[in-house]
Amino acid sequence: MEIRDHAKRAEAEQRTIVINQGVLSKNDLLARENRALFKSKRLLTMNIVSSPGSGKTAFIERTLTDIKGRLRGGVVVGDLATDNDAKRIARSGSPAIQITTGDTCHLDAEMVAEATAKLDLNALDLLIIENVGNLVCPSGYDLGEDLRVVMLSTTEGEDKPLKYPTMFKTADVVILNKMDIAEVVGFDRETALSNIHRLTPQAIVFEVSARTGLGMEAWYQFIEQRLAAAR
Amino acid sequence: MQSAIELAVENAKAQGAQQIHRVNMRVGALAGVVPDSLEFAFPIVCQGTMAEGATLEIEFIPALCRCSSCNSEFEPKDFFYECPNCKALTVDLLRGKELELAYLEVS
Repeated sequence: MEIRDHAKRAEAEQRTIVINQGVLSKNDLLARENRALFKSKRLLTMNIVSSPGSGKTAFIERTLTDIKGRLRGGVVVGDLATDNDAKRIARSGSPAIQITTGDTCHLDAEMVAEATAKLDLNALDLLIIENVGNLVCPSGYDLGEDLRVVMLSTTEGEDKPLKYPTMFKTADVVILNKMDIAEVVGFDRETALSNIHRLTPQAIVFEVSARTGLGMEAWYQFIEQRLAAAR
Repeated sequence: MQSAIELAVENAKAQGAQQIHRVNMRVGALAGVVPDSLEFAFPIVCQGTMAEGATLEIEFIPALCRCSSCNSEFEPKDFFYECPNCKALTVDLLRGKELELAYLEVS
């Protein structure tokens, strides 16, 4: 008798609590904070991702050197080791903070928050985040950026987007770099553009060479337009 | 998973519950989360909390696109969200990115 009563009581006590709330990861919450901060400082923030060796650093160096006088840029760059990239970028006369991640294959919102705290955001228009060279892991980590810029170089092949669809689908902008050697390496431009368009119809594509300056002016104008629209 | 359990415990406490018996989550096909990983992590993250020993129930939500050209709804079979009806490419995803804590069974 006692046991049955106990069981009935336990059953009767069970109830359902309806929640229906989205679960944000810790990174999503921190990314939100970053986004709010960058917005309050009236910055245009971009997260540049690509395979290792696509030319992210060269692209950033070229951009910052050419837009000097037009816009003030600052950079946060992530690598597993060395501060080589930050040093290179600093040569363009722009502030650059290096994040060395140790073993971590991507930047996250917390690392970016720590690094940007070392920049005077009030003195910048453009904040560029150069992610760790990796087309896989960074795709899932919102850093608080306005623009997700995915870079692909002609030496990587026109089917690259098909092999890394998760990353390419998150792109707002796709940069096709090293166009100056496209012919030499047998890059099929039409197929590449078609692949990118089918995967990511919303992305704006810029065909450039960071080394020669080919196509870069259209990129600078885009940045200026976006910044003006954001402000 | 940690955020999900924290959210669950917060809600359970607010409703005066002592023990969570079941956690029901909605996971979209394109949420970037592998249900197996959630199942693996769940008992570990619940340890030491009022959700210890609880069952995890996952409601899997398939992706659903709406074609911006002809309005037909379809489940994308690959990464190209191409409308089976009119072949237009779309970016409108109606369902599939959910990662939600739906409900709890508590006492």
